[in-house]
Amino acid sequence: MTHPQPVYLDHAATTPVLPEVLAAMTEQLGRVGNASSLHASGRSARRAAEQARERLAEALGARPSEVLFTGGGTESDNLAVKGLFWARRQADPRRRRIVVSPAEHHAVLDSVEWLATHEGAEVTWLRVEPSGRVTPQALAEALGDGSDVAVASVMWANNEIGTVSDIAELAATAHDVGVPLHTDAVQAVGQVLVDFGATGVDALTMTGHKLGGPMGAGALLLRRDAECTPLLHGGGQERDVRSGTLDVAAIVGLGVATVATVQGRVERAAALADLRDRLVTGVMEQVPDAQLNGAPLDDVVRSGPGRLPGNAHLSFPGAEGDALLMLLDAKGIECSTGSACSAGVARPSHVLLAVGAEADRARSSLRFSLGHTSTEADVDALLGVIAPVVERARRAGMGRR
Amino acid sequence: MRVLAAMSGGVDSAVAAALAVDAGHDVTGVHLALSPDRQTLRSGARGCCSVEDAHDARRVADELGIPFYVWDMADRFREDVVDDFVAEYAAGRTPNPCLRCNEKIKFSAVLDRARALGFDAVVTGHHARLADGELRRSVDAGKDQSYVLGVLTPEQLASAMFPLGGMTKDRVREIAAERGFAVATKADSHDICFIPDGDTRGFLTRKLGSRPGPLVDAATGATVGEHDGTYGFTVGQRRGLGVSVGDQQPRYVLGIEPVTRTVTIGTADLAGVDQISTAAPTWTAEAPALPFRAQVQLRAHGAPVGCEVTGGDDGGLLIGLDEVQRGVAAGQSAVLYEPDAERGDRVVGQAAIRTSARRQGTVRR
Repeated sequence: MTHPQPVYLDHAATTPVLPEVLAAMTEQLGRVGNASSLHASGRSARRAAEQARERLAEALGARPSEVLFTGGGTESDNLAVKGLFWARRQADPRRRRIVVSPAEHHAVLDSVEWLATHEGAEVTWLRVEPSGRVTPQALAEALGDGSDVAVASVMWANNEIGTVSDIAELAATAHDVGVPLHTDAVQAVGQVLVDFGATGVDALTMTGHKLGGPMGAGALLLRRDAECTPLLHGGGQERDVRSGTLDVAAIVGLGVATVATVQGRVERAAALADLRDRLVTGVMEQVPDAQLNGAPLDDVVRSGPGRLPGNAHLSFPGAEGDALLMLLDAKGIECSTGSACSAGVARPSHVLLAVGAEADRARSSLRFSLGHTSTEADVDALLGVIAPVVERARRAGMGRR
Repeated sequence: MRVLAAMSGGVDSAVAAALAVDAGHDVTGVHLALSPDRQTLRSGARGCCSVEDAHDARRVADELGIPFYVWDMADRFREDVVDDFVAEYAAGRTPNPCLRCNEKIKFSAVLDRARALGFDAVVTGHHARLADGELRRSVDAGKDQSYVLGVLTPEQLASAMFPLGGMTKDRVREIAAERGFAVATKADSHDICFIPDGDTRGFLTRKLGSRPGPLVDAATGATVGEHDGTYGFTVGQRRGLGVSVGDQQPRYVLGIEPVTRTVTIGTADLAGVDQISTAAPTWTAEAPALPFRAQVQLRAHGAPVGCEVTGGDDGGLLIGLDEVQRGVAAGQSAVLYEPDAERGDRVVGQAAIRTSARRQGTVRR
């Protein structure tokens, strides 16, 4: 039943490793050396890790000392949200408020809710536009005079519906009242222009496996003047903010992937946007009452795309996302519904609920995400089956309460 | 055929799915999430509703190389099984939630959805034989689950597959071990899956609150005690009555009257019945002509007893028992069997018990 060569339309979940990443990591995995050791092997490992740090920093407009290697996006989000909250509250106990968008990834949302439950944090949920965007006005209103705010967090681009917010403007808004801004840029890096220094954000989450790098390797870009309390204590390898032996091979892979993806961004983004538009237009032709979620395809933010070029997020009224996913999977087409809990139970997307969609619409949605290996044939394969699949899922949805 | 395997995470459904794959079917595994607030880990040997159980099912599906999904049936399950369970107890009856789940969830909501999605059948790990549309007891008498399947209709059975009915539970575990399934030694689940601590009375008390009433001795008509709710009792129950009548003879629950909340108790000689009247029956095949002779099983794991089945009131049945039985509780199903030592007793149909009585020489209507 499984298609011999699946049509992979789930690049936002993870994307194939780039050949140059595989080669660089394989070479590094064959070498001994702890980057903290003082002997020749250690120095060699250190050199490889630091070269990766410098290249990654350059690709993302950061200084090397602003790059903290972590175990991935979830760790970076946890470190930024909790670490900035703890450090800022430590400096001034009045700062107990966190200002955050309800459409964030669960790595941010659950960190915030943990702080609310266990650390006395107060949460102010940001107003989100129907497109999923957070406006500077909404942030300014939520921050007030900022004196009681520990940290604000707004994702650069939404992982489900692909909407891009104007992070530079939001950072300026936060800084106007002295509040640091964290942004989860896991989906943004490589798809839109991400310049850490120019944007002015205080902390930025990125990860490797969305870029053709390895899983389990990511970074938090953290401004040199940002105080951040560690989550992981130990050897203090990463600026004393993050401890743990550096996974040099993974870091090398992360560096190669980031550089390659950022360098090829403009060309690839244009190609992905064309494919994505073909996908959305084609689906709309096959299923006329399908609805596009998030920003319009041609939306613009700060002279860049207002929607991730590889993202198509659609609702199919009357059909359930998990039935659609299963039927497409059976035809060898791989995509995703919203968020799945650890038991794999499909829940209505919290992102769609946050932007004001009805629960039924949230439950009837699918995300198709394109990446560096996507082709017209992939899109055409989807267009060849989507109409009967939706029809069948609608029949299966009838009679459910 | 395109077959949907309902996979609880236990050994039976794992082997059933494996056998369906072996038989050449195009199998997809589905785990039913029946509780909205799922525990992360199993607590004890009850239920199949934890995330760990879903993980166990997924592990087997991955080893079999079949697609696997979790279907959220929590709302349906709450409405059709849990709420019904509570309402039945509140009405003084003793429901069988496993039978209700088979009737309303596994072979209704799940089967309907499976059919709509293009599947031809649902395969489960129930211990019962099903061939040529005939539902029969498992070869493993100790594990036979035909009782809780007795409510299925010919249409439901036509889309059901029970590959384990022809083998013992020991053999099922052997097959699982041969295939290296980690669930080969997983404990059997017991009791009621949505009451993970096994405390049915506590569960009902939380749902229904305290509803005190009298315990009345049938012989004297005297009130001999108080109780917190009729739902704590089942007809035929002997333990936990909380009364001492003084004559050293054991007392049994004879009847439950929900309006006055009266629980009637009495000695063994009063506890037996040999005539049962039921609600409208369901049949696993074409409805048999009345009257007919059969065996009837009056509760899960109860011993079958010979009986004569005739038409009763309001489309129900009147079942005359060959021998006096104790512990015949309203709400339980009377499942009718046609004895067959060779191929396994065939399930004819079932009907929910409404009332029971003792014939005094002649049949009362």
